[in-house]
Amino acid sequence: MSAKQTLFDKVWDSHVVQRIENGPDVLFIDRHMVHEVTSPVAFLGIKNRGIRVMYPEKTFATADHNTPTINQHLPVEDPLSANQLKMLEENANEYGISYWGLGHEKNGIVHVVGPEYGITLPGATIVCGDSHTSTHGAFGAIAFGIGTSEVEMVLATQCIMQTKPKSMRINVEGKLNFGVTPKDVALYIISQLTTSGATGYFVEYAGQVFRDMSMEGRMTVCNLSIEMGARGGMIAPDERTFEYVKGREFAPKGEAWDTAMAYWKTLPSEEGAEFDKEITFDAAAIEPMITYGTNPGMGIGISNGIPLAEAVEGGVATYKKSLEYMDFHEGEAMMGKKIDFVFLGSCTNGRIEDFRAFASIVKGRKKAEHVTAWLVPGSHKVETAIKEEGILDILHEAGFELREPGCSACLAMNEDKIPPGKYAVSTSNRNFEGRQGPGARTLLASPLVAAAAAVTGKVTDPRELMTMEMA
Amino acid sequence: MAYDKFNILTSSAVPLPIENVDTDQIIPARFLKATERKGFGDNLFRDWRYGSDHSVKKDFVLNNPKYSGRILVGGKNFGSGSSREHAAWAVYDYGFRCVVSSFFADIFRNNCLNIGVLPVQVTPDFLQTIFEAIEKDPNTLLEVHLPNQTITLVATREQEMFDINEYKKSNMLNGYDDIDYLLNIKEDIRAFAKNRPL
Ligand code: SF4
Repeated sequence: MSAKQTLFDKVWDSHVVQRIENGPDVLFIDRHMVHEVTSPVAFLGIKNRGIRVMYPEKTFATADHNTPTINQHLPVEDPLSANQLKMLEENANEYGISYWGLGHEKNGIVHVVGPEYGITLPGATIVCGDSHTSTHGAFGAIAFGIGTSEVEMVLATQCIMQTKPKSMRINVEGKLNFGVTPKDVALYIISQLTTSGATGYFVEYAGQVFRDMSMEGRMTVCNLSIEMGARGGMIAPDERTFEYVKGREFAPKGEAWDTAMAYWKTLPSEEGAEFDKEITFDAAAIEPMITYGTNPGMGIGISNGIPLAEAVEGGVATYKKSLEYMDFHEGEAMMGKKIDFVFLGSCTNGRIEDFRAFASIVKGRKKAEHVTAWLVPGSHKVETAIKEEGILDILHEAGFELREPGCSACLAMNEDKIPPGKYAVSTSNRNFEGRQGPGARTLLASPLVAAAAAVTGKVTDPRELMTMEMA
Repeated sequence: MAYDKFNILTSSAVPLPIENVDTDQIIPARFLKATERKGFGDNLFRDWRYGSDHSVKKDFVLNNPKYSGRILVGGKNFGSGSSREHAAWAVYDYGFRCVVSSFFADIFRNNCLNIGVLPVQVTPDFLQTIFEAIEKDPNTLLEVHLPNQTITLVATREQEMFDINEYKKSNMLNGYDDIDYLLNIKEDIRAFAKNRPL
């Protein structure tokens, strides 16, 4: 092949089993993650066809979407949730799939535990019936969410049929300002591109900002790729990636490790490789972000006012409907708005780095009295680290409680629902109408902004509470 | 799960001129607890159709007896958000076979094609024309002709072509799904897997 290849091309092309003329590619899947909500109908499908899971050792199951985040040792109260959990366990046992259910030491949100145990690897193809599967792209994998029919396909044949998306490279050059986190970078990009700006594309993130970023931060950014419509996002693997993966339970060992490393080093996009679209942003332009509307593209720098309807792309009617839902008005400042709930967690910001950031602000302060705070680690591993690093003590002293791992208020399928009309500053990924509970009003932001809101009870610029050494 | 073949559909349509209709609106998460594909149509647009006290919201289009049909016409960026196939099931189970918009989110479009709902992408201008025609006359008929890849306002014969790849088109015409195809090439897949390091 003479054309210079991108990271995405290399990984995609090496997984094509068959190319159908005027049709999709048959793509081989290395790793398949399943959870209780989108898998039951898929398992039912293969059962009805009388077939088995083709490669059970490439499939991993965890319970996360509708698990409770308190008293996990007790039976799950909601009978429908309990039934889904039971089905997942039965299906995993029936087909010989690793199953990390409630109470299992490896249990946690599917996109948090995958990387933690080395299931997520550079150069791999990874799918899951959850759109934020894009998270795993942080390792230089092609990872994306699929529907239940496709879950069934992967169980049955370890393949899905996909048309190769177009490619886009998003560069963020320079250095991030004080108080600006990976979440802000992602919310900024989405606010610039809109929620459909990358539809049809697979994104590669490049530039100094991502090279300097921790693996946790890269996961946060790749996680949010889907919120601008992209199928997924990825970042070229580098020394930091290898360092993170090395020694994890399911990662290659010994000679296999050396072979894998040699291959992974060949993955980055070649100099001069062409993308269907390329955009560059300046890191200096980004400040801590917050959303004011009902899609993740409706975000602004925290010191700005809510834009006027005519300044926003898309229909004025849709825009007004959104502000009406939030009970906000054009031109208003976000700063100082009273909030009721804070949610720290999800596969976007439920990793140890996020809890460190949150603790750095609440340390020595007190939770605002009227605020209810749900702090939900992404996994048991994160929970253990929170305890071992002394973060739990800091949280307790400031009046916060820690809950048990799970998706929780990210999609409010369990009991963790924000009540109608209440405002929540959330570190999750979607502020859609009713996403965090019917009538709930969500302001998406970073763990730092969430912490600042938790101690002041209102939307607050975290930089006001930070000292220079904390940057 | 196989579905009914799709060939030519002539029907009135239900208009939903809102942009960025996300999958959490199409089917809220709390209705994803089923373990079988049953009854999703009842909860299509649940929170726009019913109040929290289960009262019927009269001003929502699905509750307006003026509008009916097997085609749903939505605003730009329809189906954004989660990968839940339940959203496409809800659309299908409610009785729609076709969704028309000027722009679809990727995963939703894929899910639709996999379960027998035809996503038809038209230009923003034509979408506007369709909305206006339905507003004038709720019984306006649309013809979606899959073999010719055309969508037509029957009364005025205003028409546009739409895209669909050959493979997906023949699946829809025959009511096939991808799994049938993949199961047929299992040996090729096995041979391929032998050479994968992971
Ligand atoms: S935390 Fe939210 S986005 Fe992530 S897997 Fe769970 S429900 Fe999906």
